[in-house]
Amino acid sequence: MVEWTDFERATIQDIFSKMDYEAVGPAALSRCLVVYPWTQRYFGNFGNLYNAAAIIDNPMVAKHGITILHGLDRALKNMDNIKETYAELSVLHSEKLHVDPDNFRLLADCLTIVVAARWGKAFTGDVQAAFQKFLTVVVFSLGRQYH
Amino acid sequence: MTTLTDKDKAIVKALWGKISKSADAIGADALGRMLTVYPQTKTYFSHWPDLSPGSGPVKAHGKKVMSGVALAVSKIDDITSGLLELSELHAFKLRVDPANFKILSHCILVVIANLYPKDFNPESHASLDKFLASLSLALSDKYR
Repeated sequence: MVEWTDFERATIQDIFSKMDYEAVGPAALSRCLVVYPWTQRYFGNFGNLYNAAAIIDNPMVAKHGITILHGLDRALKNMDNIKETYAELSVLHSEKLHVDPDNFRLLADCLTIVVAARWGKAFTGDVQAAFQKFLTVVVFSLGRQYH
Repeated sequence: MTTLTDKDKAIVKALWGKISKSADAIGADALGRMLTVYPQTKTYFSHWPDLSPGSGPVKAHGKKVMSGVALAVSKIDDITSGLLELSELHAFKLRVDPANFKILSHCILVVIANLYPKDFNPESHASLDKFLASLSLALSDKYR
């Protein structure tokens, strides 16, 4: 089980309480698809992903970005049991969606960068550490049921 | 993965033009974050009296790292040759596990996003990420 300090718990709750899901979700996913274009392989039916502008303007990408970001709410509400919380989603991503779990790490890095861009000075090294620890646990849990 | 297009080079040079005046601060911040977020990286600096973000050694070393980045920008058309000396240093003397170049690169990107959110759009991010990957590859070129 993951040990969280009081600072980490408070920081993570704080980040999400201030999260603009409608902006950050689309920004993180579209950034991932632009910076790591091989991730586009999972979105063949999303229409125009031809260039950065098309990806950023794509409404299906935006909608899915919001869905993914809200998916993190589960971890937020179950910080002491994240592995079990994502068991079902892990099976889904493995058996139905066939997503290489390394992509979760790539998306997590993009999410960190989007949050860093929005938070300014408040995004200190300690805040970044807490946020990345949280995302690392989620990423691990999402890959846990692959076999 | 690491062939920089003309577009990549143009983007990197333009971005560097904007941020280079803050290079020392960026380096210090990135290094401080690396030591905080990835504590295993502290193992390379056991000889420093103070590893805390903002400390003298961290600031000085951050400055050194960014001068390496500046060098790579100036030699962007052939980073491998341009960084030959630094590669030999990292291979034979420092022996930093190359996985750590990825870690520091990520921290540099986080700092640039944090300080220059408007300039660090997805396309700039992609080109800079490629550039740092090229740089990292050049640094480990002489490893074996």
